[in-house]
Amino acid sequence: MITLSGKSVFGGIAIGKIAFYKRNEIQIKRNHVDNVEKEVKRFEAAKAEAKEQLQELYKKALEDVGEANAMIFEIHQMMLEDLDYVESIINIITSQEVNAEYAVGTTADNFAAMFSAMDDAYMQGRAADVKDVSERLIQVLSDRESGIMKLDRPMIIAADDLVPSETVQLDKDKVLSFITMYGSSNSHTAILARTMNIPAVIGLGEKLKKEYDGKLAIVDGLEGVIYIEPDAKTMEVMQAKQKEELEKRRLLEELKGKDNVTKSGQNINVYANIGNLSDVGAVLKNDAGGIGLFRSEFLYLESDTFPTEEEQFKVYKQVAENMAGKKVIIRTLDIGADKQVDYFGLAKEENPALGYRAIRICLTRKDIFKTQLRALYRASAYGQIAIMFPMIISMSEVRAIQAVIEEVKQELREESVVFKEDIETGIMIETPAAVMISHELAKEVDFFSVGTNDLTQYTLAIDRQNQKLESFYDAHHPAVLAMIRMAAESAHAEGKWIGICGELAADLELTEDFLAMGIDELSVAPSMVLPLRQRIRESI
Amino acid sequence: MKELKYVITDLEGIHARPAGLLVKKANEFQSKVMIGKGEKKADAKRIFGVMGLGVKKDDEIFVSAEGEDEEAAIAAMEQFLKENL
Repeated sequence: MITLSGKSVFGGIAIGKIAFYKRNEIQIKRNHVDNVEKEVKRFEAAKAEAKEQLQELYKKALEDVGEANAMIFEIHQMMLEDLDYVESIINIITSQEVNAEYAVGTTADNFAAMFSAMDDAYMQGRAADVKDVSERLIQVLSDRESGIMKLDRPMIIAADDLVPSETVQLDKDKVLSFITMYGSSNSHTAILARTMNIPAVIGLGEKLKKEYDGKLAIVDGLEGVIYIEPDAKTMEVMQAKQKEELEKRRLLEELKGKDNVTKSGQNINVYANIGNLSDVGAVLKNDAGGIGLFRSEFLYLESDTFPTEEEQFKVYKQVAENMAGKKVIIRTLDIGADKQVDYFGLAKEENPALGYRAIRICLTRKDIFKTQLRALYRASAYGQIAIMFPMIISMSEVRAIQAVIEEVKQELREESVVFKEDIETGIMIETPAAVMISHELAKEVDFFSVGTNDLTQYTLAIDRQNQKLESFYDAHHPAVLAMIRMAAESAHAEGKWIGICGELAADLELTEDFLAMGIDELSVAPSMVLPLRQRIRESI
Repeated sequence: MKELKYVITDLEGIHARPAGLLVKKANEFQSKVMIGKGEKKADAKRIFGVMGLGVKKDDEIFVSAEGEDEEAAIAAMEQFLKENL
């Protein structure tokens, strides 16, 4: 048994024979031509034919893998028709009096070299696109069939790396998995694997050899490991793992599109928590009804300076658009002395959990707060955005927030910027103080969202990071549950809704308690949406 | 000739997809549309040139349009940049 390890780009287990991708390599010869005009015409005709092929591939990809992934074939068409590229080819044909194949090959090398020399990994990867386009031209010129691989049964496709026109032409039903020597998580193979929901491991390097063609292998996409000619024990373990995976997936697939409703007919919204733009795909894939907590911190943590209004606007707009009308609850900046960001210039504190953080920063540094609110209100025109504010302890904070919101709205009106006037604004319930005055707070806001992590820590006076306190800690402490119940009663008394977005929301042992309290929404990690749905549907 | 300056805010800069869209947009106009960063300049209607600039987040670029429909072209380019980059 040979074990190889690489980088997993999509999970799952595949067991099957390896098919090493074979290409019809064409040897390009440099030939002298007498009639250069005729040779240029031959090239033009090949270009037209290649363009038609690319249009066909675009259509096929549009159906197979969606518009975002199909776009690459449109870009290939532009590359094919790029004047610099075309002029270079024609120039080589006419000035050197050589055949079109040679002129295309030489031009391809030059343009690919330009990309390879760029100091950007993404652009370096685009050298493959230039070669792909040129390869197509050369194939047409040489009147050769492209190297489409015919698979007679499901196999694990191995390759150095695959270009889009190769992957799109594979018979998808016969592909168990992709394993490649090179490529990045941005490469087309990786993107395709994620779209097709099949395990893929990349970056195996030279250890992935052509001689493995036809050999039995196991791809463990969860760990990024390949077993070639696995021994009986490994096979047994992996088969069990595969069965477990498939069963889990089958169960969850069954739940997609189903309502979050109990046996007695009680409905509850199940939303997802996200911390970055890249998580939106997982939200949609797991069929969440909306985003219950979008932590906006990444915008600040991933930057060296304060993110501008424009930068923030684009992110919020994109999430709102991607969620296509489903609710997106964005939490304003929740940074504090424990999540240090240098450019905020925050002093080190003895007791950061009780310190200068979240809304306390926003209400003293209004410039930062207003920038974020302007971006949020501008983005509100593009979907169903709601805003919530963290770490609230008093009515005066809520009133101060309302005043800033009014200021922002007035500015936008004066600038004739489009935004929604009536977007929902709510507060996080994560301090005992907020719970105790929740009957007052509920009058002023549209909704509550309980942040159980902080609420538990502040209620029990226990630091979760401190291991010595483990025996004192009780995640289901009756005091915490009583807090949540009280906040729920206050919200409902004012006709407002209440959600839970902390870790407890995903605690399936508490689902029935939350249903009994009449909680309106639970927001959990995307991977927990369907397990939670299952739990709700089993409840009475 | 009309000109504009713009600072890229998109995290990935002008990578293949937006470069393709930008070239498409520039091709809607008769005017000669150029795009540049620092010393480097490229024809905005040619995808290799645009991608070759290697424009990243926070880079300041300039766009110029020259021709009969230069005003419409520069306005369209500005809107395109704001919406996509």
